[in-house]
Amino acid sequence: MSGNQSNVDSVQSRRVTWEGCSVLLDINDGDRLVFSRLTENSTLKIGKKNYSLRPLIGCPFGSLFQVEYGAEGSKLSRLLRSAEVSNIEDNGDYQPVEEHRDNRELVDNNKAQSLSGEDIEELRRQGATGDEIIEALIANSATFEKKTAFSQEKYRLKKQKKYAPRVLLRRPVARSICETYFTKYPARIGFMRVDTLSLLLSMANVAANSDILVVDMVGGLLTGSGYVCNMYLESSPYPMDIVRMFNFGDEICKRIVRTSLSDLCSVQNDPSEQMGHDVSATANSSNEQMCSHETLTEPSGMEEIALPSENEVSKCKIPKAGDKASQETIDLWKANGFSSLIVAAPELDTWNTVKDLMPHLSHSAPFAIYHQYLQPLATCMHRLQSEKMAVGLQISEPWLREYQVLPSRTHPCMQMSAFGGYILSGVKICNPESA
Amino acid sequence: MLALDPSKKLSFNKTIADGDLVIVYERHDTMKAVNVSEGSVFQNRFGVFKHSDWVGRPFGSKVYSNKSGYVYLLAPSPELWTLVLSHRTQILYITDISFVIMYLEIVPGCLVLESGTGSGSLTTSLARAVAPTGHVYTFDFHEQRAASAREDFERTGVSSVVTVGVRDIQGKGFPDELCGMADAVFLDLPQPWLVIVSAAKMLKPDATLCSFSPCIEQVQRSCEALRMNFTDIRTFDVLLRAYEVREVKNDSMQGHGGSPSQQPPCKRRQTSEGSNKQESISSTIMARPSAEAKGHTGYLTFARLKCSE
Repeated sequence: MSGNQSNVDSVQSRRVTWEGCSVLLDINDGDRLVFSRLTENSTLKIGKKNYSLRPLIGCPFGSLFQVEYGAEGSKLSRLLRSAEVSNIEDNGDYQPVEEHRDNRELVDNNKAQSLSGEDIEELRRQGATGDEIIEALIANSATFEKKTAFSQEKYRLKKQKKYAPRVLLRRPVARSICETYFTKYPARIGFMRVDTLSLLLSMANVAANSDILVVDMVGGLLTGSGYVCNMYLESSPYPMDIVRMFNFGDEICKRIVRTSLSDLCSVQNDPSEQMGHDVSATANSSNEQMCSHETLTEPSGMEEIALPSENEVSKCKIPKAGDKASQETIDLWKANGFSSLIVAAPELDTWNTVKDLMPHLSHSAPFAIYHQYLQPLATCMHRLQSEKMAVGLQISEPWLREYQVLPSRTHPCMQMSAFGGYILSGVKICNPESA
Repeated sequence: MLALDPSKKLSFNKTIADGDLVIVYERHDTMKAVNVSEGSVFQNRFGVFKHSDWVGRPFGSKVYSNKSGYVYLLAPSPELWTLVLSHRTQILYITDISFVIMYLEIVPGCLVLESGTGSGSLTTSLARAVAPTGHVYTFDFHEQRAASAREDFERTGVSSVVTVGVRDIQGKGFPDELCGMADAVFLDLPQPWLVIVSAAKMLKPDATLCSFSPCIEQVQRSCEALRMNFTDIRTFDVLLRAYEVREVKNDSMQGHGGSPSQQPPCKRRQTSEGSNKQESISSTIMARPSAEAKGHTGYLTFARLKCSE
């Protein structure tokens, strides 16, 4: 697979990392998630040490790395498949044996392990691998044999995470980015859960070669996820950092452009566009309203997201999305209308925003509006109904539950997200009264 | 339904032409797919509608019958198609469909394998997701249903990105010609664990698989089979809860601003100045969940092919 950035299917064909690409690092099976950019100098901190990420460049997404101790100190080295099989669950021959052991005799008094911290350090100095240290710990544990098979497995896993941490190299795509943000910084994406995001894109008929109008106040997540089409964003001030994580090439970045509502409505001496004048009047006022909400909370805990420094940016050219739309493009939209609308704007008044943007949609265009709160959507839906602007209106709340499926241990997961937002969806109709 | 030619963007500002597929909307739960044909009529409880009245009108228009009843003519989309298509089998709905497409990480240009085709509900959405440069190979062991599906894909205009094959995937696995080429595989079969090995051969490394099964026993057996060659195995349930909205007039508040105790506890935004000012003062808009909801469709199990070297 070539790393040719101008390839139209570039995102698709890049299953191998390249210098400058952004990645999602999954440390110890989901314990810790970090977005990073792979450059000559980028590092990852695990425990107290900083590990260079250079070994990850040029490896396929999905590769697993483990901290290995060598003569030159410890570093991340790639685990090949044969070395991965260490879990009982990975072993296809696992037979669910009748378990006779239980924990009645086990006392948690911190005395079970006979190896001390210094002993372990000594083992390391002698060149023991992480796995060998784990085996040594097991051998020196007085209670290990008395544990149930499941319990032993948990013990082994715990030791492995501490003494031989693993890093999984993951591709940043809509799903992984949304899930990570939802877990770590949900406020930055407006508490939009991954199933909610997927519904938004589906309901708004997001597809290639379509012009989609997006009001994205969720950090750019929506824009990046619907990258396939020409997305035109509302107004300039909304941060779009998340878009940079999608590894888009030039081709795709060019298709993501911004505009402000006033530009969209501005009419160049066109007398037939009477309605246009009225719309621009309200547009200016609502534009001001939008500008006053410019100051979205800038992320404070940015340490996990390794944004490249100036030097690094110039070395590996990262294409930028979100250029201002040309007048030519704007004229095209006015002629054709947008094929759909997606709004995720917690700071804006829902009904006013929708009312201003509806005229720019083409006939029978679907729309999907996301909000954390129900009431603004209820109001908006009611208004759309009474003013006969749309049909098929529905307010939906998605529900998502994950299951643990293991032999003799299948049940829904203990943790669950109780809330992922609400969506108002519908289809714009040609209102004969205003036709 | 899809804009497959980059020079011709997807736009519904074009008008309805003879031969077009339209979705006739009566109510949110009553819709029908109709091919416009000069000289034909459409009949429902609102009366008789002449197709000739429809030609030349924009999509999204309101059209009248001989009895002054009316319907709306909407442009087709995969979501609307799912709600109007004829059910030859049980189908997937938008909730499962949208989650599957996101979780399988399907983007334009992807090659996707599907079995069974069923009534083509998911297939139509997969077509949208991979268009214009990708492709969907879908298989069903029932010859008649495969033929009906092919007809539907012609009708909705997605047939250039979908190939329907008649094949017993559970018995024979996927065809060898597609080995190592798939970006995603979707299974909706009674015994998906029989197909896991074949699916693994079709997928590129780190590519995704999804299996949809109504019963937990099926899920357990599938997960067991997946552990050999797959990682990141996760099983989910997705549902949608709908809300109803009602306006309630508060007679006691005619002409006054609403007293604080009458306001709903959640955030209320001011409606715009101008018309309807009276409405915003004298009525409350309330929302509550709908009483009916789907309790379960099926479990969605996702997995990723392990990277080998």
